[in-house]
Amino acid sequence: MSDVELNSAAIAIRNLRKSFDGKDFVLDGMNLDIPKGKITVVIGYSGTGKSVLLKHILGLIRPTSGVVEVLGKDLWSMSQDELNFFRRKLGVLFQYAALFDDMTALENACFPLREHRRDLSPEEIIEIAMHKLKISGLDEKHYHKLPAELSGGMRKRVGLARALALDPDVILYDEPTTGLDPILTEMVDNLIHETHQRHPGSTSVVVSHDLFAAFALGEHLVMLDKGKVLLAGTPEDFRNSEVPLVQKFLLKGFKKG
Amino acid sequence: MTMVQWWLRHRQKLNTFIDRALFGVIDRALRFFYVSGQAVMFASQSCGLVVKRPYRFDEIIRHMEFIGNRSILIICLTGAFTGLALSYQIYLGFKLVNATNLVGPTVALGITRELGPVLTGLIVAARAGGAMAARLGTMRVSEQIDALEVMGVDARQYLVAPRIFAAFITMPLLCAVFDFIAMMGASLLCIKVLGLDEAVFWDKIQQWIEPGDINQGMLKAAVFGLTFSAICTHRGFTAKGGAKGVGEATNEGVVNSMVLIIVANYLLTNLIRVFYTVSGIKG
Repeated sequence: MSDVELNSAAIAIRNLRKSFDGKDFVLDGMNLDIPKGKITVVIGYSGTGKSVLLKHILGLIRPTSGVVEVLGKDLWSMSQDELNFFRRKLGVLFQYAALFDDMTALENACFPLREHRRDLSPEEIIEIAMHKLKISGLDEKHYHKLPAELSGGMRKRVGLARALALDPDVILYDEPTTGLDPILTEMVDNLIHETHQRHPGSTSVVVSHDLFAAFALGEHLVMLDKGKVLLAGTPEDFRNSEVPLVQKFLLKGFKKG
Repeated sequence: MTMVQWWLRHRQKLNTFIDRALFGVIDRALRFFYVSGQAVMFASQSCGLVVKRPYRFDEIIRHMEFIGNRSILIICLTGAFTGLALSYQIYLGFKLVNATNLVGPTVALGITRELGPVLTGLIVAARAGGAMAARLGTMRVSEQIDALEVMGVDARQYLVAPRIFAAFITMPLLCAVFDFIAMMGASLLCIKVLGLDEAVFWDKIQQWIEPGDINQGMLKAAVFGLTFSAICTHRGFTAKGGAKGVGEATNEGVVNSMVLIIVANYLLTNLIRVFYTVSGIKG
């Protein structure tokens, strides 16, 4: 269990278990609190359940048992319509941006607004989307390009603009720097940092195995192992940790970097 | 080596081969029924979403354009040549018994009741159904469907329901186009090439063909639209495993749709006949 009090947690996970085949548990009795208003980085070896955890937080996977509370609401006690309405408070940057490939960059950024802000005029929607693309760092000349015509970094920027379109309270990043070169990795890390600064009070959750980014960005770190939380705390707590697996992960991660 | 020795040596291989062939067929048949049943459940749940807010009129029109408008050329081509080939074969057969004045109504019956809806169903299932499964499958494996759901958009209402509804509306219209073009091809061949009397050709068609014949073809086409769109959207929506998974979903969606269209056609023919008999409709 983390050191964070329940009432200050944006996301609270209690005894979460998930098995896809009924035998092996990917998440095995996980307890975790993700604090409000901070950047939390979830790290761990491959196959420790990071992405499955993220999908539980998003309500995309139903847990075998346990509770997932986001902003004080138990996701699986809501009806589908309530869950859809609640999800407006969440923004996600997927690993490969998951842009709609038949829409231009601008149309992608407009999409959540068109769906949920029917009170806005088309001009206002475009204005907001252009602003989000601008603060995400996409050059105006790329606004009318399809995702296939954009580079990996540009796609991430469009994905971020789309995730921020509805000014979400919780922003989640799924392996945002995987497969990017060091320059782009730094750019994405800066983007996450700037986005968090620009949205005071918002909670950011970054799932990553990039240790440099984790220590540079994370105000709160969580390390997973075998479907459980191995350690949760500040970067300082991690540096001082005497848990052998944490030490090994840090040693290997920084050596690799 | 005697026959007995040969048999003893090879019987294990033979047994294994028979087991594999037999169980392979049973396995495939069971999977076909399982997937088709799932698709029916999926489609019945999705269809209700058409009348749920926000209404997706734009999406329905867009998919109607894709399924209908973009299939017209291929429907016209296949319709024309089907009409030509069918009327020629029927002419050759009827000529033997001096009944060439019945070529027109026979061709018209075959086309309006059976060939029109079935061929339209098969062609559109291959063209639009394949595209639906591939598109939704790609969206699934590239996390675009997850992205939609995370944005609070009901992915089935946005992606599936408009496709199924559009296919249901568009298929009878395409079937009507197929019927018309096929009859134009048949009349062109019979009157201009084979020298049948034009007045007799059309008079006999008017005499033998009832609106019920055309209506039953349109009804069948609508059901085939539901069939292929339900199966293909279901396979695409539940695809997994990257490009390979999308390929398999598309392949399975199209093949299952085609088989079910042929099977459903026979069942519908019988059902419609019973309905017409009970309600006293001539057709």
